Amino acid sequence: MNLFTPLSWNDAGFILTGILNTVYISVIAIVVGSLLGLLIGFIRAESNKTVNVFLGAVLDVLRSVPLIIQLILFSTFIGVMGFPLPPFVTGSIILSLYTMAFMSEVFRSGFNSVPVSMVKASRSLGMNYLQTVRYIRIPIGMRAVFPSWIGVALSVIKDSALVSVIGYMELLRTAEQLISRTQQPLMILIGVGLFYFMISYPLSRYGKYIERKMEI
Amino acid sequence: MDNYEFHWNVVFDAFPQLLTGAFTTVHVSVLSMLVGIIIAVLLALGKMSETKVFYHIANIWIEIARNTPALFLIYMAYFGLGAYGIHLSPYVSVFSALVFINAGYLAETFRGGFQSIPKTQYSAAKSLGMNNIKVYRYIILPQMFRRIYHPMTNQFVWSILMSSLGILVGMNELSGETQRLQSTSFRTLEFFMVAAVMYYVITKLVLLAADLIAKKVFKGEIS
Repeated sequence: MNLFTPLSWNDAGFILTGILNTVYISVIAIVVGSLLGLLIGFIRAESNKTVNVFLGAVLDVLRSVPLIIQLILFSTFIGVMGFPLPPFVTGSIILSLYTMAFMSEVFRSGFNSVPVSMVKASRSLGMNYLQTVRYIRIPIGMRAVFPSWIGVALSVIKDSALVSVIGYMELLRTAEQLISRTQQPLMILIGVGLFYFMISYPLSRYGKYIERKMEI
Repeated sequence: MDNYEFHWNVVFDAFPQLLTGAFTTVHVSVLSMLVGIIIAVLLALGKMSETKVFYHIANIWIEIARNTPALFLIYMAYFGLGAYGIHLSPYVSVFSALVFINAGYLAETFRGGFQSIPKTQYSAAKSLGMNNIKVYRYIILPQMFRRIYHPMTNQFVWSILMSSLGILVGMNELSGETQRLQSTSFRTLEFFMVAAVMYYVITKLVLLAADLIAKKVFKGEIS
């Protein structure tokens, strides 16, 4: 009797689900994380030292505890509280917060990179505070940190593989299940690796290209 | 929350095991960092070399390390190499994956640091009568080390955090040990809370030590 069945074309749909799930959760984490990070980064660039130290300490926890521990801890915690959520929601929340912690640093340095004279000039042109933020500080500050933003986004795509620990069926987990059924680890893993590489490599090249263009 | 009772005693009883796990975490990250640095120097030299073969080997290594998830590389070492009959223990597979990634990232750091030193520094040292060894020993490498010091500490912290992936291949570092302990006692929340605190403390201690060393070595003139 043979316990293992070889890889077949029927598995293509299964792998595709994994790919789509990886893309979904990465996109959600990057979008939500960037928006929250923009807000937090702005608050940190604007506020005084006391608020900054407090915010920094909170964000630091998110960066100093491994993502995998955060995921397990949070999903256990909400289970204990009596509000168990599906793995997708739990994963999105934690991955977004994790992204936010990194993005807020990126955006904060973006806001700080806008010269004060430029802000003053825009105020003297009759813009109010919000207009200065909307038309001067966000466009100019964010352009300066765009390469770093790409770097963080890439690391989020790669870290999204960790959401598999709480049971979300992303690419690496589908691969793992296929491996335990087919016992063909090498072929499946190389395919998975190629997929990540094909997303990540062009983006990182693009980031480097932009960086070089901005230096000149 | 009202119907959950925390049982900390189990965790306190298991604290020595957690500390052993933490030691393994630090151990594997330090070791992977040291080996990673050695390979990274070779890769950086390869990436800057004129010989096409060295350049391509270094380039492929660096790009794979930078553009694939750490978990994928750990699985590759643990399950993938098994297909060739090479069965690595969990420790060795996590270690080799970390070495692979550290080498890839650090190689780019080293190359960037080296290229950020102006060529004029080299010429000036030469014109003062220094030979090649002295130029590198006294002029180029000290300046370079200052610039790559912070990226290197960041990479070290990253290694500590990423060694937590050992939990998925059954390695007995801090998170793997936590997983094992909670599976026999069912105090998942308590155990992982303690593990999170321990990771936080370890990273903070590493950063503190790095700052102290930087103050001592660079005497406050770190860029």
